[in-house]
Amino acid sequence: MATILEMRDITKTFPGVKALDRVNLQVAEGEIHALVGENGAGKSTLMKVLSGVYPHGSYTGDIVYDGEVQAFGSIRDSESRGIIIIHQELALIPLLSVAENIFLGNERARGGIIDWQETERRAAELLARVGLKESPKSIVADLGLGKQQLIEIAKALSKDVRLLILDEPTSSLNEQDSEKLLVLLTEFRRQGVTSILISHKLNEISRVADTITVLRDGATVARLDCKNGISEDDIIRDMVGRSLDDRYPPRTPDIRDEVAMEVRNWTVRHPVDPDRTVVRDVSFHVKRGEVLGIAGLMGAGRTELAMSLFGRSYGRDITGSVTINGKPADLSTVRKAINAGLAYATEDRKTYGLVLDDTIRRNVPLARLESVADGMVVNARREAEVAERFRQRLNIRSSSIEQETVNLSGGNQQKVVLSKWLFADPDILILDEPCRGIDVGAKFEIYTVIRDLAAAGKAIIVISSEMPELLGISDRLYVMNEGRFVGEMQTAEASQEKIMARIIKSGEAA
Amino acid sequence: MSDVSDQTAAETGRHQAGASWRFLKNHMREYGILFALIAIMAFFQVATGGILLKPVNLTNLVLQNSYIVIMAIGMLLVIVAGHIDLSVGSVLGFIGALAAVMIVNWDMHYLVAGVLCLIVGALIGAAQGFWVAYFRIPSFIVTLAGMLVFKGLTLWLLAGQSVGPFPPQFQLMSSGFLPDLLAMDGFNLMSFLIGLTVAAGLTLLALRNRAVQSRTGTPEEPFAFFAAKVAIIFIGISWMSWLMADFRGLPNVFIVMALLIAVYSFVTSRTTVGRRLYAIGGNEKAAALSGINAKRLTFLTFANMGMLAALAGLVFAARLNTATPKAGAGFELDVIAAVFIGGASMAGGVGTVVGAVIGAFIMGVMNNGMSILGIGIDYQQVIKGLVLLAAVIFDVMNKKKG
Repeated sequence: MATILEMRDITKTFPGVKALDRVNLQVAEGEIHALVGENGAGKSTLMKVLSGVYPHGSYTGDIVYDGEVQAFGSIRDSESRGIIIIHQELALIPLLSVAENIFLGNERARGGIIDWQETERRAAELLARVGLKESPKSIVADLGLGKQQLIEIAKALSKDVRLLILDEPTSSLNEQDSEKLLVLLTEFRRQGVTSILISHKLNEISRVADTITVLRDGATVARLDCKNGISEDDIIRDMVGRSLDDRYPPRTPDIRDEVAMEVRNWTVRHPVDPDRTVVRDVSFHVKRGEVLGIAGLMGAGRTELAMSLFGRSYGRDITGSVTINGKPADLSTVRKAINAGLAYATEDRKTYGLVLDDTIRRNVPLARLESVADGMVVNARREAEVAERFRQRLNIRSSSIEQETVNLSGGNQQKVVLSKWLFADPDILILDEPCRGIDVGAKFEIYTVIRDLAAAGKAIIVISSEMPELLGISDRLYVMNEGRFVGEMQTAEASQEKIMARIIKSGEAA
Repeated sequence: MSDVSDQTAAETGRHQAGASWRFLKNHMREYGILFALIAIMAFFQVATGGILLKPVNLTNLVLQNSYIVIMAIGMLLVIVAGHIDLSVGSVLGFIGALAAVMIVNWDMHYLVAGVLCLIVGALIGAAQGFWVAYFRIPSFIVTLAGMLVFKGLTLWLLAGQSVGPFPPQFQLMSSGFLPDLLAMDGFNLMSFLIGLTVAAGLTLLALRNRAVQSRTGTPEEPFAFFAAKVAIIFIGISWMSWLMADFRGLPNVFIVMALLIAVYSFVTSRTTVGRRLYAIGGNEKAAALSGINAKRLTFLTFANMGMLAALAGLVFAARLNTATPKAGAGFELDVIAAVFIGGASMAGGVGTVVGAVIGAFIMGVMNNGMSILGIGIDYQQVIKGLVLLAAVIFDVMNKKKG
């Protein structure tokens, strides 16, 4: 088979981070090529390089497509050569019709006037090709996620796709829709369309893929041929196979025999779509002085669990009970949750964590403003002292406490968020992806803070998609998948293989 | 010896001047608006041949703009919270009509009627804030509806007629002056002394803050800049009160305005409530996740706006000495323009009470100055519109640079 795409020695750096380090990818014409790796391994970055989101010149290495070296300057360039990428977050306009979406930016028009008959006729053809029985006039928002995914594919087909890239296409689909999609991919293979499939669902990959490329830490670590069958265990080993070196501060756990928080039968439904259960019957506990990890893939329901606990900031029809320090706790509003001794540091610091236009001084005391105020009046001196104290304690690199947080780097923004919650002085601190998108040095500093807090008798819950991180800093961990806790293990006995196996087994059982 | 000290003195002077200039350039966003007001006043003072700052005209300027300033204070809070209130002009008219009906038609005591009007205003604001805060209906829509509703209710209440006149005590609210207990002929000494006291008080406050800053760390402002700023404010206030004392003294409504400015400035910049208001405007989600009751605060902000609109309505009715069905039409635009000229951000989370007040006076001085010059109302609108646009462009460019 001819090679349609070869990416040679692709290296892409962001300030302070090497996202891709001499990555190689070879895709044969007409195959389904799977790209796997942990979150942060560089899969999406590689695809953005390929599709021109990161234009030629912002990376080093060559992209050879169709036998020629390409220099894509934008998505438009790559699309004109038949390379179409479908992102995990679908890019459809919800209130437009199916046909309008399919031809968005590529309208069937003459002299700027849309030919609706042609548009609908062509749309109907494309819908038939992807096996979707819907009128081209239906409004996209009225259709389920599975159907929306198919519309994205129809849109790709309308642009005469030759290389179709799907980023986690089945992560938000149910079993039936996923199955349909996979069948469609094999149908495309018969028609000669090449696909690159990015997925965490190894059972799906081992079924449909012809070749698998495994990425780890921004480098290609394996290229597996699936002709003779391949086991999921092999893929997992390549995905996670690395040693835990001393990227974590040394620590002797001092776990008190007091349960700080216990959650029983916690169930949360989706805020907009009450038929979807996002967190299903979750029970767990955490002790004082303990660092508890919650592992799982993106979309497992971990953030939703944490935010629903923290003042019901997510979801509806929440049921279940919580006790804190042995007493039933009322967590019905954020204020009550804070007063009960709970704190939640968000995974999305820009949207949920910081008032970006405000200074460090004004952000740090926000969750417990009354303790820097005399009555109603904020005491500027005490406020500044508090901010300065945390700036030094967490080593927030900034010109002064008067710097606006929007101008800080990710790691330092994260430290401001942490400062805010440390100042609120909680007994139980939930940290959601505390080290996402920050550099190694800042990570170490944050791990050190977590360690010190645990040593001081706080209960820490760390949610992370990076398994090495959880194995490096937690004492005990739960595995979450599709809204349920599917495993509990002592970290000493845990391994990435075991965690992955739990996730995959539970996915197959469902 | 003296040569050397002279040299160092000259050097510190240069150094201070340079530092002050740099500071000013970095903080153009905050001080630019004040300079704009001074420049506009200077321009019209010259262009009108000195009429602008004649005691009688200055007093008029304050009286003409008092209700805009009062509403701009409330609007600043609404805009900082990330919302808008288009109904304030109609509410002003409605409350004026309500006061006229109660006082003139029903012979109610003017104080009772006044208090009732403020309560009704707060309830109107609360009713609108309720939908905005708890049901997330966009404030633009809710208050647009309110604008129509209260315009209609004003017409209904007055049955399309003007109602007046008010009893003289009621009129005093906006046409009265501070009595001169020191009874001097032709000069209201007490008003001048009050002005001097306020100016001295502000200076002392600034000095004290500076001292605290010096103790806890280095003060942000270079000394020369600080000194110049304090001196300008001191001289400015003293001079204005001198001028007004030379006519009939400080107007009652000026005192009301000054108190409101002081109180709301304090609330927004120094209290926990103020801090939380800026936080919900800056990032409502982050504020809510920090335990701030964003809904209640938004609700109260609208209730407060309604009350201030009612107060402005009373002042306006007292000034005209009659309630007319047309009162307040279009005022919301002047108020909103004042707040944006004053440096507030459409997105919320940014803006100051003092900025909004200065913005209101920029509009007021331009209205007044252009009227004196006999510029037609047509050109006046065009020029005011361009000034609003220029002020916001300036603000956005400065933000990008910083």
